[in-house]
Amino acid sequence: MTATAVTRKPVRWGRVALHVGCLAALLVMLYPLAWLLATSLKPADEVIASLDLLPRHLEWSNYSTALDGVNDVSIWRLLSNSLLIAGGAVLGNVISCSLAAYAFARLRFRFRGPLFAFMIATIMLPHHAVLIPQYIIFNQLGLVNTYWPLILPKFLATEAFFVFLIVQFMRGLPRELEEAARIDGCGPFRSFFSIVLPLTRPALITTAIFTFIWTWNDFFTQLIYLFDPDKFTLTLALRQFVDASSSSAFGPMFAMSVIALLPIVLFFLAFQRFLVEGMASSGLKG
Amino acid sequence: MTTTLIPTTARTASPKRRVKRERQGPAWVFLSPWVLGAIVLTLLPMAVSLYLSFTDYDLFNPPRWVGLRNYVQMFTEDPRYWRSVTTTLTYVVIAVPLQLALALVVALALKSMKRGKAFYRSAFYAPSLLGASMSIALVWRAVFNDGGTVDNLFGTGGWVNQPGWALLAVALLTVWQFGAPMVIFLAGLQQIPAELYEAAAVDGAGKWRQFLSVTVPMLSPVLFFNLVLQTIQAFQVFTPAFAIGAGKGGPADSTLVYTLYLYDRGFVASHMGYASAMAWVLLLVIGAVTAVLFRTSRSWVFYASEGDR
Repeated sequence: MTATAVTRKPVRWGRVALHVGCLAALLVMLYPLAWLLATSLKPADEVIASLDLLPRHLEWSNYSTALDGVNDVSIWRLLSNSLLIAGGAVLGNVISCSLAAYAFARLRFRFRGPLFAFMIATIMLPHHAVLIPQYIIFNQLGLVNTYWPLILPKFLATEAFFVFLIVQFMRGLPRELEEAARIDGCGPFRSFFSIVLPLTRPALITTAIFTFIWTWNDFFTQLIYLFDPDKFTLTLALRQFVDASSSSAFGPMFAMSVIALLPIVLFFLAFQRFLVEGMASSGLKG
Repeated sequence: MTTTLIPTTARTASPKRRVKRERQGPAWVFLSPWVLGAIVLTLLPMAVSLYLSFTDYDLFNPPRWVGLRNYVQMFTEDPRYWRSVTTTLTYVVIAVPLQLALALVVALALKSMKRGKAFYRSAFYAPSLLGASMSIALVWRAVFNDGGTVDNLFGTGGWVNQPGWALLAVALLTVWQFGAPMVIFLAGLQQIPAELYEAAAVDGAGKWRQFLSVTVPMLSPVLFFNLVLQTIQAFQVFTPAFAIGAGKGGPADSTLVYTLYLYDRGFVASHMGYASAMAWVLLLVIGAVTAVLFRTSRSWVFYASEGDR
């Protein structure tokens, strides 16, 4: 051990310092998460009185209180509402965005250039510019206070970011397979479903995960469209705590926050490679 | 990044066009959901909101034409409007540069790391996914409240209750989410060919010189992309301001960002015409800022591959 250490280069302090710095930064970064977890387990008197991060006494009842939900709506209801919206959004985005992306990436049609430019421009379009008329349209249709305004737009490929992401991925696929298939008499529909779509799986997974997380976290759209406590999502239920000034409900409130974050954390742990790569490639290609 | 894409989709020469015309049908089938969405949920609403911005509309009675009244009121008679403008600009100017600087520093630190790079990259990225949630916004409100961690550490009192400090708490939540631009920076750094550094070293360039003459120009397109994207997003901040400002942009309107005031006018006070005018001004301002960024980019963004794609 010591013998090899001599023949090796001396300890590279620069590298050690780098790791120490990164770990220190990581601790600061993760502090809010640790705080959240710890507070969700603190009894009410400790939340204010004690400055320690760790609870002295674990108050698991915070979680059973959180499970009761708010406004007589159980947390299972809130959770399944959130899941329904996020699931619908995932389905909609994956189907509609991959269809549009295939046309942009592989098929020829009039005004393809200008339409593609328009599609890219809508990525940068602030959501608020179309929000009010969309609300009015859904209001006229009697669909306010239903899930349609939250799900239907996803089936119409309104999230152009994902169209762009899938287009970029499809452009990177070799054309040979599709050309061979075309010579064998395979039309664009068959070619899309049997050849391109299976190869596009990584981009579709990235789309699905990002859609899920963004929809799950979404607050603004849910805030304006949903009124019935029965139809509330976890995010909207948490909103009830925003104006609450007393910290007596801190434990249950943060227990519910933990439950609301859990799906995202699980998704992140399971698919971190897709998420990180998806984010990385969004800035480079093109 | 967008401008370089368009030429590749340009139409090809005309002789084959008749053949193509026959084959256009399938393309429009694939495009139909997108076309429908673009018309019904983007173009039409934009036109409608432009019209509504010249009306008085409360969702129940038909819109009443008032000409430029909303705009005049916004710019000359509504101090809360200007408050929301300056609040948003302050927030953008604090949050975006801090976030990008941190993202760049961390990306540079991770670039040359042999072990643990993937771990750190994922760990630093995680807040970008969690940070947009209401859960974290509530944590932020508590940590920066009276008796919260920041108060205890620095004895400053809770920032959330001090008009001078509340917005900084909102901005720090954005800075906390530096992971997404960091991952993009890191990917950009890794695409810089090693030969460039070797050549610079042969020419006697030190580390600092290499950074200035190789890294900075080669990374400038990525920096530009991040700058545009984060700026556009920052202008639309809502959830953290809503949570930290207790739903009303408080204390003393110090966290009343633009979208929060738009929500308040349109959906709380039911002044849809006024809110539409606000939305159009926001659209124009974001468009103008993006245009300015694109214009200045010509002088500082360096595109290595002119023609080879």
